[in-house]
Amino acid sequence: MSTKILYNLESLYEEIDIFEHKNISFHHHLRNGDFVLNMVLKKYLEMDVKELNLFPSSIFPTYTTILDLIKNDQINNITTNYLNGPVAEYISKNGLIGKLKMQTHGGRARSIIEGNNNIDIAYIAAPYVDKLGNAVGYKGKNACGSLGYAIADSKYAKIKILITDTLVEEVDNPEIDGANIDYIIVVDSIGDSNGIVSGTTQVTKNPVGVKIARYTSELINELGYIKNGFSFQSGAGGVSLKATEYIGEIMRKNNVIASFFSGGITKYHVDMLEEGLVEKLYDVQCFDLDAVRSISKNKNHIPISASIYANPNDEKMVIKDLDCVILGAAEIDYDFNVNVTSSSHQMLMGGSGGHSDTATEAKLTIIVSPLIKARIPVIKDRVMTITTLGKNVDCLVTERGIAINENRKDLIEKLKNSKLKIYTIKELANIAHNYTGIPKQLKKESKIIGMVEDRTYDIIDYIYKA
Amino acid sequence: MKSAGSLESSDCLITVSYNKDKNNTVNIESIVFDQFGEQIFEVINKSLQELNIKNVNVLCQDKGALDYTIKARLATALKRLEGENNE
Repeated sequence: MSTKILYNLESLYEEIDIFEHKNISFHHHLRNGDFVLNMVLKKYLEMDVKELNLFPSSIFPTYTTILDLIKNDQINNITTNYLNGPVAEYISKNGLIGKLKMQTHGGRARSIIEGNNNIDIAYIAAPYVDKLGNAVGYKGKNACGSLGYAIADSKYAKIKILITDTLVEEVDNPEIDGANIDYIIVVDSIGDSNGIVSGTTQVTKNPVGVKIARYTSELINELGYIKNGFSFQSGAGGVSLKATEYIGEIMRKNNVIASFFSGGITKYHVDMLEEGLVEKLYDVQCFDLDAVRSISKNKNHIPISASIYANPNDEKMVIKDLDCVILGAAEIDYDFNVNVTSSSHQMLMGGSGGHSDTATEAKLTIIVSPLIKARIPVIKDRVMTITTLGKNVDCLVTERGIAINENRKDLIEKLKNSKLKIYTIKELANIAHNYTGIPKQLKKESKIIGMVEDRTYDIIDYIYKA
Repeated sequence: MKSAGSLESSDCLITVSYNKDKNNTVNIESIVFDQFGEQIFEVINKSLQELNIKNVNVLCQDKGALDYTIKARLATALKRLEGENNE
């Protein structure tokens, strides 16, 4: 079937029966600036379509129509990679009719490709589209950069729909192949560019964060990872970006050139690409406008799909060659299990994204966190929710010292003469308790509202009502 | 009534006033009350005892301060209250 161009959602529902297709997906590349998810779901609200199963790649605070649908008992299950804001809070307190399933970025792509996530309609916000349905995300008035999280949807959903505000004659080197696309809907605006770019991509100036970043770069250097051809992922956290800056200094000093940086890309990564410190950026998500601009002009800044990024069954998976990743933690426990899904009060406030994917694949996985956050020690007996299994985590770096997973005897051996402050994780926890006192354990509620599914399809933990 | 501290993360704002009934009252609003509420009561009551204070109302609005911080903010607020009395 060729691609049909429509000019409003109403005419789409003359073509397809809104009541017939209950499994619907969205991507989150427009983040808090996205207009498409609310625009589409308002139709489902108006038409009172029940028993929906939602597959948004993430849920941001502005995606409030999801909340209206939940309150109206129209949603059964939600499968996503990350959620934050009012929807997360409401689900924490009330649950869903069905369950909330938390997947990883790689796991979501895998599930769509392998048919575990059966998507009937993919609604894909697409910033720059031609009449055949070819699309890129890094051009147009609401450019968002890479469309990595939407690629599997654009190939494997039963009905694939692009929603755009910029329809052009031709798109070169499309990320989304028009041959797969059934409908293009042209609307006035797919988003607000101010909300698309996340405001968080700044290196930290907080002295605690700076210290953690310095220890992290020293640790990676002492372990011998910073050498020609190494690969690295940092994400967009302020501490990770500061560590990236320090790693850049070490690279300059030792004339080292990295092979690639992967994952979410920021201006700090772009600057290093342009300086020649790294050969390629494999970009599944742009965090700022510098990254968006870079992708459109630099052929070594390459947008990749979530499957090529992190699907364990994709033979081209980029992160299988990843040497080192720096990741955050809301909580970590004595077994090095990490929680970035819920707060210590059991409130949902995040999710894996690529956390578990990269931790599993990278040769060296480093968690960075202040040892104490507003009196709460980051180290627990047991995390509230396991996002990433401890067997995939190697080091914890805090401002007061570093803990190495006991399973990594090789790392411990390499560091035995190190001047870095190396402790066991229990010793680090004791240091924290000397400052804070021992926190009283909170009782878990007994009602299960969801589960954490790893990229292996194993259920690694359950999510409880707050 | 006098205060010391702030509502920044890891700090607390302590507000004290004289209690006409000649005893101490302590009220705590803390983001970590579930984990550390008892410990915060203890540190405030102990500090009042050490300073031999027997007639104040203490309000501790806590954003995850450590014990030293709570003690220091309390001592400063009490000194300010004393200063007000001498004005």
